[in-house]
Amino acid sequence: MNVELVHIHKSFGAVHANNDISLSIKSGVIQGILGENGAGKSTLMKVLSGFIQADTGQILLDGKAVRIHTPSDAIKHGIGMLHQDPLDFPPMKIVDNMLIGHEGGLFPNRRQVSNSLTELQSQFGFNLDPEAYVDSLTVGERQQLEILRLLWLGARVLILDEPTTGISASQKEKLFETLKKLAEQGMVIIFVSHKLEDVEGLCHKIAVFRQGCLVGETVPPYNTDSLVELMFGKVVSLDEKTQLEGSEPVVEITNLSIDDNRIQIRGVNLTINCGEVIGLAGMEGSGQRQFLRTLAGLIRSVGGELRLSGKRMTGKPYHSFQTAGISYVPASRLEEGLIPGLSVTEHFILSEDQSGFFIDREKAVTICRDRIKTFNIKGEPVTRVEALSGGNQQRALLAMLRTPLRLLLLEHPTRGLDIESSIWIWSQLKDRCKQKTCIVFISADLEEVLHYSDRILVFYNGKVSQPLDAAATTVDQLGQLIGGKGF
Amino acid sequence: MDNNTLVGLAGILASAAPVVFAAIGETITERAGITNLSINGLILLTAMAGFATSVTTGSLLLGFLVGAVIGALVSLIVAFSSIALKQSQVAVGFVLALMCRDLSYFLGNPFMGASGPRVPPLPIPGLSDIPVLGVLFFRQDILVYASFLLIAVAYIFVYKTRPGLMLQGIGEQPATAYVRGANVNRLRYLYTIIGGALVGIAGPMYSLSVKVGWKGTITGLDGIGWIALAITIFGGWNPLRAAFGAYLFVLLQWLGLVLQPSLPNIPSQVLQVAPFPLMILTLLLVNIGNSEWVDRTLAGLPEELRRFIARVLRAMRTTPPAALGIPFDNE
Repeated sequence: MNVELVHIHKSFGAVHANNDISLSIKSGVIQGILGENGAGKSTLMKVLSGFIQADTGQILLDGKAVRIHTPSDAIKHGIGMLHQDPLDFPPMKIVDNMLIGHEGGLFPNRRQVSNSLTELQSQFGFNLDPEAYVDSLTVGERQQLEILRLLWLGARVLILDEPTTGISASQKEKLFETLKKLAEQGMVIIFVSHKLEDVEGLCHKIAVFRQGCLVGETVPPYNTDSLVELMFGKVVSLDEKTQLEGSEPVVEITNLSIDDNRIQIRGVNLTINCGEVIGLAGMEGSGQRQFLRTLAGLIRSVGGELRLSGKRMTGKPYHSFQTAGISYVPASRLEEGLIPGLSVTEHFILSEDQSGFFIDREKAVTICRDRIKTFNIKGEPVTRVEALSGGNQQRALLAMLRTPLRLLLLEHPTRGLDIESSIWIWSQLKDRCKQKTCIVFISADLEEVLHYSDRILVFYNGKVSQPLDAAATTVDQLGQLIGGKGF
Repeated sequence: MDNNTLVGLAGILASAAPVVFAAIGETITERAGITNLSINGLILLTAMAGFATSVTTGSLLLGFLVGAVIGALVSLIVAFSSIALKQSQVAVGFVLALMCRDLSYFLGNPFMGASGPRVPPLPIPGLSDIPVLGVLFFRQDILVYASFLLIAVAYIFVYKTRPGLMLQGIGEQPATAYVRGANVNRLRYLYTIIGGALVGIAGPMYSLSVKVGWKGTITGLDGIGWIALAITIFGGWNPLRAAFGAYLFVLLQWLGLVLQPSLPNIPSQVLQVAPFPLMILTLLLVNIGNSEWVDRTLAGLPEELRRFIARVLRAMRTTPPAALGIPFDNE
């Protein structure tokens, strides 16, 4: 099926989210849509998938103008969208999840559905048990399920919104393989992402969005620098690594053992020097999260010792860890990091040391304005945190950290952020290192782990590798370890 | 089993029928994502109104019809204030529960102690003569048969039909259900009204069958609605389990009465109250798979056995509809 978007305009109030977008995609093409957060790519995809209606402009499918009023209309026209957070029903069985929204008689035939699912799966080498519950699947598997469901419903156009966030490297490889196969069968694949390497590695054609406009289309071979320039309208470059001098040990971990439900970690030894950055790599659920939370004082280790500047921390409550200068920035910003419903100012009131019973609003607003400026947060003191974009929420979290800090623990510090925000976040973190803070962070992005870490620990099913020197490690070596080879 | 016990057990099936209606009605409403807290007052109000209608008109059918309509209307208020006005379901439901109760006492005054019609028993020819089962199941009145049917129909609807799956969907992930083509808010109205009508039938079931008549504050119906709400929750929003909870509750009450003469040392109050904690205990056991320590204990078992137990626990486990009480807006 050929897809054409002709002169699409869409405004939300004063924001012109899509400004005269025209894009034509031929059958069998994997079209990349690249742009930073808020560039208008999601809006265009929502128009195409029936979530919202364009103010003006046309959608042509195989040359015929169509009106798409709802997402279920879209799938009837053969347009299926895979959302960033999988839209499925976690507590249900896979077959039931497939059936919801599938039209037919009063009593569905489950056997038939699971047979067609098995048949479809065999084409792509997926391995999902139709009787399994959706919440027992990983994000990557839920994505596979949703792709299968859309194909089963007859999708000829597949839109994927940031599909590589939160899935493992091997699942990503499988996803790309599947998408290539689907394109060979004549499907249109629209791949929305802000990750350059994903788009470059997969797409036949890339359209770049900036501030609501389509600013350029390119075909391979791609030039990364010019793509970045198109995205941001200026040249952005990665920081060089800063070399640290001196090595005063700050954190000493000896023979640390952790038991947490199904993950057991035994006998970790590590010394972190002042200003050092340690990256934790591994498939999600390999134990790196438990390790980080133990360092934060949220999980109590079952054996071994944890010392901060020579002081024994093992078994102390979370509060003592905080006052000792350890801070933890969790991955789920809105669940664990921030309090939805409170404004940015109110967050600073909570995070700053308070004296007196009543809140000094004026002082709080002053602090807040100051931080908003230094941390470049796009928002007002009265803005509620849930209304901030992901990148700005992360900036707000960093703005609330205490100074000075001995140890900063971060989970996926740049997940879901565009390149510019990521670079900015890391420049802030590097500043912290210069002030002698050690950083331990988890990331699923191997490039990030290699680029910013001094040393790397790889986790595999609770096993922990020896610290690797980041400068002497390649992506391949890291990938092998993450897959469990070499332990 | 002697005849007395059989008749007693048959009586349990009969007195549990209204609780079954109320609990299943609430189950359907909550499955759609709406908590209707008004049902305690609703049962009282419809018991009074159904009785009054039947006394005045002489028609039993009209009594039940009025009950269902009042149930539907009051539930419509809960749905409307939640969906259209975005008000708290808990606050609105709670106030309605109190208001309906007082309204029933106030408006029911003229019918206090009036003698009215009663739903006649309807033994099913042939089946009623089967030993044991005949007495238990087939010498009841039409309402008890209806309660059996309701359990089956509700269970099959929720788990085996397409619209039933969508009902689960709108209570679980309304945004996903919307993408799959559901008109979430319209369906929520529909299921709140249907659930409310079922609760509205439970009232006249008392005043025209189980506890015939209207005696104002001493009618003894105050509290049934709260029990039905608890049964809905412990029943894991599953019609079959909700029915099980209803029968269990009435059985325990009956046991309290039956055992009292043979246990003279135990104060009668203890036996009267015992059903409540026992009920909680039983239902906690059913939901034991939810707790984390069970997971941890299981981890030490051999693979095969662990898989088997995990499967059984998973099948028993319940979680509330994820979007229960949360309003939905496309976008």
